[in-house]
Amino acid sequence: MTTPRERRGAVGNQIPPLIALIVLWMLLWGEFSWLNLLIALVVGIVVTVAFYLVPVQLSGRLHPLHTVVFFVRLILDIVRASIDVSWLAVKPRLVTSNAILEIRLRTRSDLILTWTAVATSIVPGSIVVDIDRESSILYLHVLNMQSARDIESFRRRVLDTERRIVRGFGSSEDVERMRGVRPADRRASRLKGTS
Amino acid sequence: MSALLHDVLTAILVLAGAAMCLAAGIGLIRFPDVLSRLHAATKPQIFGLMAVTADVAINNFSVGTVTLVVAIVVFQALTAPMAAHLVGRAAYETEHLRPDLLIVDELRDRRAAR
Repeated sequence: MTTPRERRGAVGNQIPPLIALIVLWMLLWGEFSWLNLLIALVVGIVVTVAFYLVPVQLSGRLHPLHTVVFFVRLILDIVRASIDVSWLAVKPRLVTSNAILEIRLRTRSDLILTWTAVATSIVPGSIVVDIDRESSILYLHVLNMQSARDIESFRRRVLDTERRIVRGFGSSEDVERMRGVRPADRRASRLKGTS
Repeated sequence: MSALLHDVLTAILVLAGAAMCLAAGIGLIRFPDVLSRLHAATKPQIFGLMAVTADVAINNFSVGTVTLVVAIVVFQALTAPMAAHLVGRAAYETEHLRPDLLIVDELRDRRAAR
């Protein structure tokens, strides 16, 4: 049996995707009108009900500045890496030395895991081969890794991306994890304090 | 002056987009195995698309084109990694890869450890 409160939570979780669908409808039409908004709302509700998705646990936190920093940095990374990969493709001596790396993320949220996976694989030179959801591990196929130093710097780059995402719109628990203060420890210390 | 600037900007963006698509095509032929070809096929082309659509938006500057360009780029950015992941994963699972090209394979190590 679901309680009314849980049901309200489930409906609330469907609202951000609904808003995204409405915005998408507006983007496709390229103009704003009240009729458009009404149709977008109807289509959005039909789509969210007909193609029901598993509710995504949103963090409920958004830091606008850090979010902008993340997106700007993402675009810069795409530009830089595109040029790198293109040069690799056309340069006279073709040396390919790739790697499949295991990268342990610090987050425990599905949303941040997905964002990090998409953000790292949209930057040229890395593809997500597999994901271990339970322990937040990404397995990435990375192009042009010559040495252990390359591997370490790539690992650091992915973890930096994760940190930027969490700073932008991760939960405050994840923000603390990034700082190295784990909530489990925190809960333990709080329990110690009260007893 | 501003017309010249406009032309130069247009030329840079379109040429950058074209160069990226060309590089993607060349990479597709030259790279040795499925996983590295995926990099060439899916990635530089996103930047190419961004450059060309940005140019379209600059040349026909209106709310309609800008929003459409944003939608195109966002969808390309969301779908390309998914497609790459699915093909890459299928290639890995069916062992369509050349282990001699990998300097490390931590996924194999992990599976061997289990």
